[in-house]
Amino acid sequence: MSALGFDDWYALTQLYADYASAVDSGDWDLWPEFFTDDCVYRLQPRENFERGLPLATLRFESKGMLKDRVYGIRETLFHDPYYQRHIVGTPVIRKLDGDRIHAEANYAVIRTKLSALSTVFNAGRTLDEIVRTPAGFKFASRLVIYDSEMIPNSIIYPI
Amino acid sequence: MNASIPLSDLVSTASPPLNWESGTSRIPFAVYNDPALHARELQRFFYEQHWCYVGLEAEIPNPGDYKRTEIGERSVILVRALDGAIHVVENACAHRGVAFCRARSGNAQAFVCPYHQWNYALDGRLRGVPMRHGVKRDGVAQGGMPVDFNLADHGLTRLKVATRGGVVFASFDHDIEPFEDFLGPDILRYFDRLFDGRRLTILGYNRQRIPGNWKLMQENIKDPYHPGLLHTWFVTFGLWRADNESRLVMDRHHRHAAMISTRGNAGKVSEVSQVSSFKQTMRLHDPRFLDIVPEPWWNGPTAVMTTLFPSVILQQQVNSVSTRQIVPDDHGHFDFVWTHFGFEDDTPEMTERRLRQANLFGPAGFVSADDGEVIEFSQQTFEAKRGHRTVAELGGRDVGNTDHMVTETLIRGMYRYWRAVIER
Repeated sequence: MSALGFDDWYALTQLYADYASAVDSGDWDLWPEFFTDDCVYRLQPRENFERGLPLATLRFESKGMLKDRVYGIRETLFHDPYYQRHIVGTPVIRKLDGDRIHAEANYAVIRTKLSALSTVFNAGRTLDEIVRTPAGFKFASRLVIYDSEMIPNSIIYPI
Repeated sequence: MNASIPLSDLVSTASPPLNWESGTSRIPFAVYNDPALHARELQRFFYEQHWCYVGLEAEIPNPGDYKRTEIGERSVILVRALDGAIHVVENACAHRGVAFCRARSGNAQAFVCPYHQWNYALDGRLRGVPMRHGVKRDGVAQGGMPVDFNLADHGLTRLKVATRGGVVFASFDHDIEPFEDFLGPDILRYFDRLFDGRRLTILGYNRQRIPGNWKLMQENIKDPYHPGLLHTWFVTFGLWRADNESRLVMDRHHRHAAMISTRGNAGKVSEVSQVSSFKQTMRLHDPRFLDIVPEPWWNGPTAVMTTLFPSVILQQQVNSVSTRQIVPDDHGHFDFVWTHFGFEDDTPEMTERRLRQANLFGPAGFVSADDGEVIEFSQQTFEAKRGHRTVAELGGRDVGNTDHMVTETLIRGMYRYWRAVIER
């Protein structure tokens, strides 16, 4: 791939928009399907990322781990229910590496708890590697690096 | 406004006396919702007579390295001076009070306040102030500090420092007892078990702001009643169950505690991968979350949670180890700062394992995320239902060490200490 054709660009922006739509839908089972089987997913404070510290708030190494998280959200994690709304910027393509697209996008997540005001919950950027599969583009790696210095109590749902 | 009401009544901040129904088994909501009591707690627990956690030596390995943190609600800097000695100084310029250090960490030769460039050595001594001797015009010095201005009188506030096993504690109170006496022999034993002299490696941080009184986090880790009930993960995988072999140990003041638990089927990795569960339908798609490998230093227990009053919790949950610092911010909020670490002799596989098991803990953890949630919901009631109280009577109404964990004795013990200090 030397440059992304229109069809691929269209598919890529659809992937980003579809991801946002899925994680805001409340149908958590949709989330792992955006990833390859041996994917990497990390939700990490910018502080750790920039200092080269490996700890992540969530650090998953397979689609199976994402499915376990979905199970946790639904069955084991007691939490105050909330809506979330992702606002995702247009992805910028950093590198095309064979069939692998390196891209990143800014995001903000607005949280709305029941009977409460909507507030900015988490903000940052995603550093992504997207690969072509028979089922379309999938994330082989998605590093969600958040600026937010303090997590407002807890993060339950996928970002 | 009715002019006949004396102004003193309108602005009164006096707290009504606390209504303890009996001992400390019923805790008045007022201990969680009263700003005046909170101010007294800050003074008597965080600023006097208590060693507070400030960090790990591994965070400031080189001369000049510093880290900004808090004790109570006051900003302090943990710093390694150019001669290698560790100091803790208050982040407040002696001149105009500016909290001059804004970076969270870094390396410096000196601290310089940006406002008027007062210049401090890393140990907090004032080295110089601009225009101290005035500014000359036509050979005559104008202005300047008074002739008796003494640099030695205007250093940064220096704290007393204690280090042990690579962990740094500090106190504004220079008359404080030695750190080892502060912990007492029984708690010191569990401290030394975790921090046994091996060099630590920093894995990273998690930070969360919890809308609840800071003591609720101490209580959460002094409460072995909830983990096997709230935390399905713990129950299912036997990590923390009411029927596990366990002990609860306090210092003689009942302010610190250790909850010591040994996993029922602890041992081989192969057993871990084939978890048979309480919640029979729960099966991990990826069992690497619980790829537990026993370490020699455990000497048995698979989990030891140590609460050091008032500022920190020390976590060992199987292979995941961390410090959890409590930073209060008024009576109704606190910041909770997690520092995960490993040891210098960890293999890459062990480091990977610690990072993976960290998924259970922290602000999004499979286990810990719900602790913050329930603390928030408790505080909501404490703010609204004034005059009421909690009930902490599992295992009776008295205070003492136990060889089981079907008890809230550690919470009652903490409030016995709290009453002795706050109500004196």
